[in-house]
Amino acid sequence: MNERIVKLPFFENLVNLAVLALLAVVCIFPILHILSLSLSSATAAASGRVTLWPVEFTTESYRFVLENPAFLKSFGVSLLRVLVGVPVNMIFTILVAYPLSRTKAEFRGRDFFVWFFLVTVLFSGGLIPWYMVIRQTGLIDSFWALIIPGALPVFNVILLANSFRSIPKELQEAAAMDGAGHWTILVKILLPLSLPVLATVTLFVAVSHWNAWFDGLILMNSPAKYPLQSYLQTIVVNPDPRMLTERDLALLKIISNRTTRAAQIFIAMLPILMVYPFLQRYFTTGIKLGSVKG
Amino acid sequence: MLSRRKFVYEIPLYIMLAPAVVLVLVYAYTPMLGIVMAFQRVLPGKGLFGSPWTGWENFIFVMEMPTILQVVWNTIRIAGLKAVAGVVVPVTVALMLNNVTSRAFKRTVQTIIYVPHFLSWVIVAGILVDILSPSEGVVNRLLGVVGIDPIFFLGDDQVFPWTMVTTDVWKSFGFGTIIYLAALTDIDPTLYEAAVMDGATRGQQTWYITLPGISGTIIMLSTLSLGNILNAGFDQIFNLYSPLVYSTGDIIDTLVYRTGIMNNQYGVATAVGLLKSVVSLLLIGAAYKAAAKWADYRIF
Repeated sequence: MNERIVKLPFFENLVNLAVLALLAVVCIFPILHILSLSLSSATAAASGRVTLWPVEFTTESYRFVLENPAFLKSFGVSLLRVLVGVPVNMIFTILVAYPLSRTKAEFRGRDFFVWFFLVTVLFSGGLIPWYMVIRQTGLIDSFWALIIPGALPVFNVILLANSFRSIPKELQEAAAMDGAGHWTILVKILLPLSLPVLATVTLFVAVSHWNAWFDGLILMNSPAKYPLQSYLQTIVVNPDPRMLTERDLALLKIISNRTTRAAQIFIAMLPILMVYPFLQRYFTTGIKLGSVKG
Repeated sequence: MLSRRKFVYEIPLYIMLAPAVVLVLVYAYTPMLGIVMAFQRVLPGKGLFGSPWTGWENFIFVMEMPTILQVVWNTIRIAGLKAVAGVVVPVTVALMLNNVTSRAFKRTVQTIIYVPHFLSWVIVAGILVDILSPSEGVVNRLLGVVGIDPIFFLGDDQVFPWTMVTTDVWKSFGFGTIIYLAALTDIDPTLYEAAVMDGATRGQQTWYITLPGISGTIIMLSTLSLGNILNAGFDQIFNLYSPLVYSTGDIIDTLVYRTGIMNNQYGVATAVGLLKSVVSLLLIGAAYKAAAKWADYRIF
């Protein structure tokens, strides 16, 4: 570690620490506030008595949310999306990263394909043509619309290809001498040596699948097929009275809209908070690896 | 003969690429062909080439939209402010963190400030709509304690762009500091030792060693963000705006969404999207050139 630490004079050091602590509080406060709201009674929430601690503690909002079939359904869609989408993305990423990580001597088409994929990052047809193509391929209102069109995250390909390239050539040459083909080199040598990067990319992909909302919103016709984030978009952010059932309206008299919204928001971010320690451990590595030039 | 053996050797590579190539052809390249819709009056069910051609009609329609200039200006203004704040805040925080002696404190702060980056804009919008509400939001309640009148952060068109910039910084500055912290650790520590020998003050050390040491990263990231000047953040604005703030908060992407998806004016929406893509592409090209030039200056 060649980190340089400047010893600040006592008073300046104190100010520095105080400002940083304040920033940290500003970052975490809204999240804690939402958690407290979700665990407070409707009257406490409405009268503005909740700040950082639940007032008149109750889990009624969570019970209401977890008994709501529409919420559970969309939670299930999101879960399935992660379980199916992550392996699909990883397979596509690995299969493209390998050929692109070869030298030009090994793979004459390398430069062409690098540009073939890179162009899609630099230029796109825009929202409407993209939507039309998905409709033409029959994916509208299908679960696969959430998986197939975005199956190849080009940024992750670059990350993984760079990591493959940083693995010593000698190892692969020796294996090739022993008659190993591309598949063997990929599966037996490169993948086992790239586990940290693979873990990083897997986490990134899982988080982005969990967080995606726009595709669900415009590609699904029936709200029953919405993933959780699209469902929340219509319920919490952009409330549409038509989405409320009679049951909801009756129950809303007992528990406030506000505390249930808070509960739904918190449940939706819970998976992210749960994998966060792993995310934090890996993403710094990931960023550094991504910037290694091949 | 050799070439043929080489091809056989390459076959598995083509097999690996095949599924992705098909996928990208269908879902990335075909939509590029779809930009012909910008020159058509798109009729439902007529397909890509069945609709009547209308030349530049859609573009003229766009140019004559009463709000178009305002929307372009809103986009550039919000994106520009975000770009500036997106450099200044992370650099400052990284410099401050670099001065912290306690590892535990440093790590705790880092752990907390990275969190918002991983939440979706839907979730963040859900939180913001609640805490920024003028009637019951906790932010206005706390402002009330110090005697400030409630601010309608999301409904006042004079405040809205600043709310967008601030909340964008809130969500992303932590993540941005990682890059600058990494750049800071790459600075040769002997430079500081030499400076101390020569009697440099801490201010001078920051000005003559630290900032030049990370200026390469700063210049590169700011130049590249130029390519994003027409992206003011669809996810954020779409989830937080309302007709109340269209005058300052409506951006190109939200306009495309409303014209295309909600009003079914596919041709017009595609035309706007195409204009945006072309300008962005030119800007990205220029930005990369500029970044390369600056980087060269820095290296040699």
